[in-house]
Amino acid sequence: MTTDVSIDAHDVSVLFPLYHGNSRSLKKLLVAAASGRLTEDKSHRVVVRALSDINFSVRSGERLGLVGANGAGKTTLLRVLAGIYEPVTGRVRLHGTLNALLDPSLGMNGELTGRENIMLRGLYAGLSGPGLTRLEDDVIEFAELSDFIDLPMRIYSAGMSVRLGFALATAIRPRILLMDEWFLAGDPAFMEKASQRLEEMVRAADILVLSTHSDVIIREWCTRVMWLEKGRIRADGPMARVMDEYIGASTEVAG
Amino acid sequence: MTIPASDTGEPAILEFFAGMSLAVRHRFAVNDVASGLRLWRLAWSLGWLDIRLRYRGSMLGPFWLTISTGVMVGALGFLYSALWHMTLADYLPYLALSQVLWGFLATLVSEACTSFTESEPVIRSVRIPFFLFAMRILVRNVLVLGHNICVIVVVFVAFHVWPGGTGLLALPALPLWMLDALALCLLLGGVCARFRDIMPIVNSVMQIAFFLSPVIWKPEQLGVHAVWLPFNPFYDMLEIVRAPLLGQTPSLLVWIAALVYSGLLCAFAWMFFLRARGRIAFWI
Repeated sequence: MTTDVSIDAHDVSVLFPLYHGNSRSLKKLLVAAASGRLTEDKSHRVVVRALSDINFSVRSGERLGLVGANGAGKTTLLRVLAGIYEPVTGRVRLHGTLNALLDPSLGMNGELTGRENIMLRGLYAGLSGPGLTRLEDDVIEFAELSDFIDLPMRIYSAGMSVRLGFALATAIRPRILLMDEWFLAGDPAFMEKASQRLEEMVRAADILVLSTHSDVIIREWCTRVMWLEKGRIRADGPMARVMDEYIGASTEVAG
Repeated sequence: MTIPASDTGEPAILEFFAGMSLAVRHRFAVNDVASGLRLWRLAWSLGWLDIRLRYRGSMLGPFWLTISTGVMVGALGFLYSALWHMTLADYLPYLALSQVLWGFLATLVSEACTSFTESEPVIRSVRIPFFLFAMRILVRNVLVLGHNICVIVVVFVAFHVWPGGTGLLALPALPLWMLDALALCLLLGGVCARFRDIMPIVNSVMQIAFFLSPVIWKPEQLGVHAVWLPFNPFYDMLEIVRAPLLGQTPSLLVWIAALVYSGLLCAFAWMFFLRARGRIAFWI
């Protein structure tokens, strides 16, 4: 099965219709108007082109980094790959079990105890019986919560909550790992402890797709980089080449 | 020890594409329901936690629901039996049963409107069956109903009402109520996510339906006009549960009407869900 793990995206476009006049949509509208991505669809609704004509394949063993400015479509692309947004045109195909780490506090509730949050997260992941017990043991050990595990999460220190969230997110090892950059944010002391666990998880995955702004993380972890700009692929290729181009372009703008 | 994702029972192949045919949409929707059902433990926990968190720190917890329903039924019972010159023993059991059933129905409809929007953070961060959220709403409301049933039991015992064997005729109505509830959650959850004006409309329709349906008044009070009642879907749905529990056999017409209305609702909800499923994440 290992060789079978793959991602294929063919002509993928995602349009965001602007239905509700809330502030978030308004912000999107302004950003999109500025970048010329505001269009009208067939039925004359105002839409934002979040992604246009995305074509790529990722094979087993590849570590793909997504770079680009805010609003370039990195998170949207991750959501498409995770099956959250179904594309308006084109086709996406994923082979292999998937875990998308997009929200650090997925389904967590401050009023519930650590143990209850672990159970809930396990249930979200579709675990049952023995799987839940293993998840609980693993997370309690890593997060070092000891006595706090049966207390409500809202009384945890920030560090404890981060450890719990991180331990939960990294407990389930998929073949395809999709990761948003939040995941790599944390205080240095914690990152030291976390990095080993994260590296194990990344190594165990056949495919990694990572969205980040950090040059260091891309260079350390990725073999291939895709540069998104205004919802289109500007460059896609070996890490070193694309990163040189990308950094060259951003210093040009800055200078 | 960490857990390989293959233990989680997720499908190993995911494929989405634009311009799906009706058959493909149908397959996706069936998959959604099937994988939602596999997550029944999660639906149960979420529904149960919703109730627990709502009454966190309160001494009586969900029994406050029982008390408020009890007080409401008691007060309305005395008032209306006096207004309409009915004996309390005749009216109160009817009212207790109707009020509890209507409470379930009205809350369910109102919560169905937010079944997807209330779970926006989850829907936007992980692929998860939409049917799960319908199940969660159902679990939550069935638990509330369970607490309110105490009111019915107390009233029935106090007035020596015992439906006898006829009461069992209410049983076939329960799966129908569940099915309709799930259909409503998928339909209203989706429609209200897309059109934010629908929810206030739904709530005022329910308010009007409360007065137009025999909940606090009895069908007999309509006199000759009662023949029109089966056209009211709320009447049919209430009657297939209420009549047997009061020791009467519901008429065949009422059952047929209940089945027809339920069939229409489910068909409509399903057709909507087929089209909407892939779009809900964009709407919320």
